[in-house]
Amino acid sequence: MVRVLIPSGALGLGYDHAALERGIAAGPDLIAIDGGSTDSGPSYLGRGVSKYARSSTKLEWAGLIDAAHRARCPLVIGTAGTCGAGDAVDWLVNITREILAERNQSKRIAVLKSDQPAQRVIDALGNGRITPLSPAPDIGAALLETCTNIVALAGVEQITAALDTGADIVIAGRTTDTAIIAALPIARGIAPGPAWHAAKIGECGALCATNPQSGVIQIDWQGDGFTLTPLADGARATPHTVSAHMLYENADPYLLHEPGGTLDVSAAQYDAIDDSRVRVTGARWHPSDSYTVKLEGARIAGYQTVVLALIRDPHYVTHAQAWADDIVAKCTQKARDRTGARDSDFSVEIRLIGQNATLGALEQHVATPIEIGALGLVTAATPELSAEIGKMLNPYLLHHPLTQDEEVPTFAFPFSPAEINRGAVYEFCLNHVMHLDDPMEAFTLEVIDA
Amino acid sequence: MPELRAIAEKVRSKNAGPFWVTIDIFCGSPEAFSRVSTGLHTNQVAACFDTPVQVIKRFDIPSLNVVKISVPRPQVQGTIADRDMHGAAYAALVAALEIE
Repeated sequence: MVRVLIPSGALGLGYDHAALERGIAAGPDLIAIDGGSTDSGPSYLGRGVSKYARSSTKLEWAGLIDAAHRARCPLVIGTAGTCGAGDAVDWLVNITREILAERNQSKRIAVLKSDQPAQRVIDALGNGRITPLSPAPDIGAALLETCTNIVALAGVEQITAALDTGADIVIAGRTTDTAIIAALPIARGIAPGPAWHAAKIGECGALCATNPQSGVIQIDWQGDGFTLTPLADGARATPHTVSAHMLYENADPYLLHEPGGTLDVSAAQYDAIDDSRVRVTGARWHPSDSYTVKLEGARIAGYQTVVLALIRDPHYVTHAQAWADDIVAKCTQKARDRTGARDSDFSVEIRLIGQNATLGALEQHVATPIEIGALGLVTAATPELSAEIGKMLNPYLLHHPLTQDEEVPTFAFPFSPAEINRGAVYEFCLNHVMHLDDPMEAFTLEVIDA
Repeated sequence: MPELRAIAEKVRSKNAGPFWVTIDIFCGSPEAFSRVSTGLHTNQVAACFDTPVQVIKRFDIPSLNVVKISVPRPQVQGTIADRDMHGAAYAALVAALEIE
């Protein structure tokens, strides 16, 4: 049997301490936790930083280092620091060193990095070793060179290599959410179908059970399947909660593409063992002809300045769209005239909160709200130009009249200065896979005795 | 005709990676599932996303009483034109569709 303890869906979200204690007492072979995803947007990968507070991360990570120490098993984190870029991995390595130094402990740390130099991807593109997924942005050497970070998603092969160093702690850069859980059972001879399936079910912690906030779950592989056990008081896994988790953040609930193959759960069986545990069998694994890893890349899309004004006058609330359209046209013309910027260098947009700010042109409901937030967005090629045009937008949002013959209105600014310079905004620019001859050729592994 | 929100127990949407959004319609009973499965047309979803019907993936899952629909994101997650980083609000569009 192989037993993996999963404390939570992500480091930084917290976990139930009593449930974790139960997991430690049950003698896991590994403690595995995810450190991130793309879900919070491209800025984290673009900058190579974590979305979670350092103090929260340190506290929770110290608790897991302690848990693994007492359980005498390795601890592995994938996609460290939200994005899994090298700087974010180093950030968690430094936190780990700090924790160990404060406790006078020494541990062996394996650091797996997933960073891809642009030139490697450019060469692979030239050699026909990059395949677009759908939908994929167009890429070329010029675009790839502007990426501030490119990472490849590691699979079980790279995590297994890291565990094989004998490390107490594995800190991995970008990996698939599932690879950190599936690696050990596969290395110990469990069939890849149930190994990957359990990993997908378990990668969000207790999200596959009732009481999803409790985090902690345990997976036991035995024979041709696995058993899922939530460990918090009152948390129950049922065939419905477990199978329904295949829907979560998946475009396809039956097929999941991973490095080296595809998980197919179309014939999976979910059976209740008792009122809180579920036994799962029947998942299949289809090896692919070529070993591929998915790429993620982010680059600067511009620099942004935000201005927020609040419209409470019913006349202006009623005519907010016409008012906003007029401001955008006039401010855009003024920016052209006064800065010499070309239209390709900047954009001015106003989103009307309370009207259609969330869905834009797709919004189908019309209603007159009490108030409207006018969210002004200036995006420009340089931070200086963005700030300059933001200052031009400010007086319009404060005083722009609907018509020339009405009294000059004043709108509510919630703070001063009204403009917020957000700095660089990033965009994802890759939805591609890269073909590898050797799974380790695009990854680096370093062992640190700290 | 009733809106989907009046028949289904829950409609949720979420990113499935930066390039897709997936909408899970939890119908809650075999009867509601049957109504949604037959009465919600994929071309209605295509129209409300202003996207060709051919690019939409749809899964009718009777074992869960769920209809799952995945659509390429109208704007790639986090681009300047994107308004909803986690794809959370697209559910509201689908929940308002009328069920035959």
